[in-house]
Amino acid sequence: MTATTEINNIISEENLVYKKTDVLLDNEMHYCPGCTHGVIHKVIAEVIEEMDIQDKTIGVSPVGCSVLAYNYLDIDWQQAAHGRAPALATATARLMPEKYVFTYQGDGDLASIGCAEIIHACNRGENIVVVFVNNAIYGMTGGQMAPTTLENQVTATSPYGRDCASTGAPMKISEMVSLLPGTRFVTRQSAETAGAVRKLKKAIRKGFENTREKKGLSFIEIVGTCSSGWKLSPTQSNEWMKENMFPYYPLGTLKDE
Amino acid sequence: MGDVRLMKGNEVIAEAAIRCGCDGYFGYPITPQSEIMETLMIRKPEDETGMVVLQAESEVAAINMVYGGASCGKKVMTSSSSPGISLKAEGITYLAGAELPALIVNIVRGGPGLGTIQPAQSDYFQAVKGGGHGDYKLIVLAPASVQEMNDFVDLGFELSFKYLNPAMILSDGVIGQMMEKVELSDYKPRWTDEEIEKISGSWATNGKKAGGERNISTSLDLDSAKQEVFNHKLQAKYRAMEENDVRFEKIACDDADYLFVAYGSSARICQKSVELAREKGIKVGLLRPITLFPYPTKQIQEMLGQVKGILSVEMSAGQMVEDVRLAVEGKVPVEHFGRYGGIIPTPEEVVEALEEKILGK
Repeated sequence: MTATTEINNIISEENLVYKKTDVLLDNEMHYCPGCTHGVIHKVIAEVIEEMDIQDKTIGVSPVGCSVLAYNYLDIDWQQAAHGRAPALATATARLMPEKYVFTYQGDGDLASIGCAEIIHACNRGENIVVVFVNNAIYGMTGGQMAPTTLENQVTATSPYGRDCASTGAPMKISEMVSLLPGTRFVTRQSAETAGAVRKLKKAIRKGFENTREKKGLSFIEIVGTCSSGWKLSPTQSNEWMKENMFPYYPLGTLKDE
Repeated sequence: MGDVRLMKGNEVIAEAAIRCGCDGYFGYPITPQSEIMETLMIRKPEDETGMVVLQAESEVAAINMVYGGASCGKKVMTSSSSPGISLKAEGITYLAGAELPALIVNIVRGGPGLGTIQPAQSDYFQAVKGGGHGDYKLIVLAPASVQEMNDFVDLGFELSFKYLNPAMILSDGVIGQMMEKVELSDYKPRWTDEEIEKISGSWATNGKKAGGERNISTSLDLDSAKQEVFNHKLQAKYRAMEENDVRFEKIACDDADYLFVAYGSSARICQKSVELAREKGIKVGLLRPITLFPYPTKQIQEMLGQVKGILSVEMSAGQMVEDVRLAVEGKVPVEHFGRYGGIIPTPEEVVEALEEKILGK
């Protein structure tokens, strides 16, 4: 028996232990090797399938690496101007209160240019889920400093390391929004191990369940990597993230009401 | 007669929005148009028709809420005044780029910068020629009365859904703050989900139908070849607007030797100037563009065999006059008369300008 026939014999219904969700499309992803976006997309797609809300979910994609998120999840999407996703989601959720609306935003989009929109959406307690991917750098534009870039971290616009005396300290957005009465669930997760992905999925599911129960805004930060921007291999990126990002951005749930 | 009232132009915008079945208003306070949102807040249409009214954290957020709501196939609008419209410019070009219908009301004040809160018409270029980036056009309606403030809300939505393009009501503090008799429109119910499906089902992002195609509201195409094809499509749409939806009014034009071209509050002033000039024996008429885009270029050209000179009257340093000159192509003298910075010209001043700039030649 050749190796191929052996594999073909194994591929059968009764041996099926895992299947890619149909909500995740087969389009080839543009993300770099080691990037966290792909895993997060998959987790969101799985939650949408498991909750059977594909026909009721509207995603709002940002400007940044995940601008093309609409190419990967088989749902209706709105593509927002830089930072404005929470404004689009606000109107969408208010005009269609029975739908599930989520924004998907990076750190440049949410924490820098879109700071006003996210703070006010959180403060109003819009009935939406915010997925905030924090990899401490602008990815798409080529690795510039973000509000979440760590002290002394080297980027294209902080080539000698981030100088907090001049640029301020890295912003802890989850801590900030958890202080607002409008947020009901604020958590910081990661996706670098199978265990972390399982926890992340649980958090995202909770977010969409909160929408169903009309509880208000769920804010899910994911500390992720940017191998290209950090100029590290995917493995090194995970190590760097654990060593440097996790101490400053501790994982865990800040608020669950 | 229907429901006739004495109302302020700004209040009428709010009332007309509720009555035409608008689904959502998203705004931010700025003088001289704050009565629009204030009136909506007092009226509480959420209880009456289900219309959502929300005070956003900024003009930027408000126009992006409009983008979100428009993406759902809903009738949504915002309003602001000049500096606020500059802030909305990004969202407006995104709406045009994503081919979304929406209504934007600009109650213009004098600029540049923070300028004055007094009326002006110095945002003509911004409304008609661009304002935001990229090759796009707005449908621009210029009301000259409180009645037209009422009528153009519904018309603005109608045209914006007809062409899947944002429409703007370009007015100013004169019409916005002025009280006049107005016959309000009858109530039209908001569209049901079934109606939205019928009207906008092919593009509205209100949830992917089982077995159907999903919808994506976007203005992004990284493939230049496709982006050019899309731009051709937009241009064809703008040509169709020019072909089918030019609106204008002619006053005392039949025997006119001279012509005023003026829109909005300037047209109201020119109406009086026509009377004053004719008392002096000067046969002058008024052509009032109602749509500033598409512009009544042909209608101006049709007057060229008849009139000996044209005075474009605007409360600006001379913006619309460029479109008059483009229409006239040098065949008769075209001059501009304007007061600006919040100053409103008198009818007498306009007649003097006609005598000096056109008859004096």
